[in-house]
Amino acid sequence: MKARIIVTPKKAVLDPQGKSVQNALTQMGYQGIGDVHVGKYLEIELAGNDKEAWRKQIDNACHKILSNPVIEDYSFEIV
Amino acid sequence: MNFAVLQFPASNCDQDALHVLTNVLGQSARFVWHKENSLAGIDAVIIPGGFSYGDYLRTGAIARFSPIMEALQTFAANGGPVLGICNGFQILCEAGLLPGALIRNRSLQFRCEQIFIKPVNTSSPFTHKIPAGKTLRLPIAHGEGCYFADNDTLEKLKSNNQILWQYTNANGEPTGMSNPNGSLLNIAGVCNEAGNVAGLMPHPERASEAVLGSDDGRWIFDSLLSWLEKKTAKAA
Repeated sequence: MKARIIVTPKKAVLDPQGKSVQNALTQMGYQGIGDVHVGKYLEIELAGNDKEAWRKQIDNACHKILSNPVIEDYSFEIV
Repeated sequence: MNFAVLQFPASNCDQDALHVLTNVLGQSARFVWHKENSLAGIDAVIIPGGFSYGDYLRTGAIARFSPIMEALQTFAANGGPVLGICNGFQILCEAGLLPGALIRNRSLQFRCEQIFIKPVNTSSPFTHKIPAGKTLRLPIAHGEGCYFADNDTLEKLKSNNQILWQYTNANGEPTGMSNPNGSLLNIAGVCNEAGNVAGLMPHPERASEAVLGSDDGRWIFDSLLSWLEKKTAKAA
């Protein structure tokens, strides 16, 4: 099994990377580009097949270290 | 006084901090490796700058789970003074010992230059010796120094007098132009509610001798030292 985790900056947090990517896309001529948010993708390989137990542990790890709740949101799936 | 300078893998201002404490201020100071788990006999702790754990994941995110951090939490909870400089500030925020977080500079550039800061709270252990109205000229060197906190936290910082320093111009005005990284409210450094834990992005340890172009950083160390001496005298 694997955990697939996505960490993104909170909407209220300044995201200069997202802004630069947005500007670049617009300058390149892509039409209709809205706000861009640059985050992180983590893939963690997991032993065993107890999905529910892993869901709890990964949620805990996301909250404690993989994201910083002051500035980031996270979501994940166990597959 | 007995100072500890914490060392993490990729701390790189540890030698400078120890040099200032011992050779400039004449204090006793020693390195404490991050795998140690005691701060017994220590009067004050400096967390130096650097790129602990390569800044992987987020700045300070992994360092804050090092064994020494548990001893640091206890030390801080007992009122021991802790000063985090640059990466040290980032580690203290990640550890929850200081409010807010430090994110990518708004310019996306690594900024390495001389800036000015001014104390906002002039009675803290880290600022009380700085003459009224004095701006300090200090170097910065960081890519992730933009101070961020939500509005509620910012209001709390203001009402509790926890904003220790702001980026200003040479005249002490906190202007947009004098803000090198986009920090909210031009915040260069804050302290915890109790006032004994502080962090700042500029490097006072790189500006504590005239030969280095500025010795303004000494005001911060002198403040801490005089606060410690008063505390010791009171206890005696």
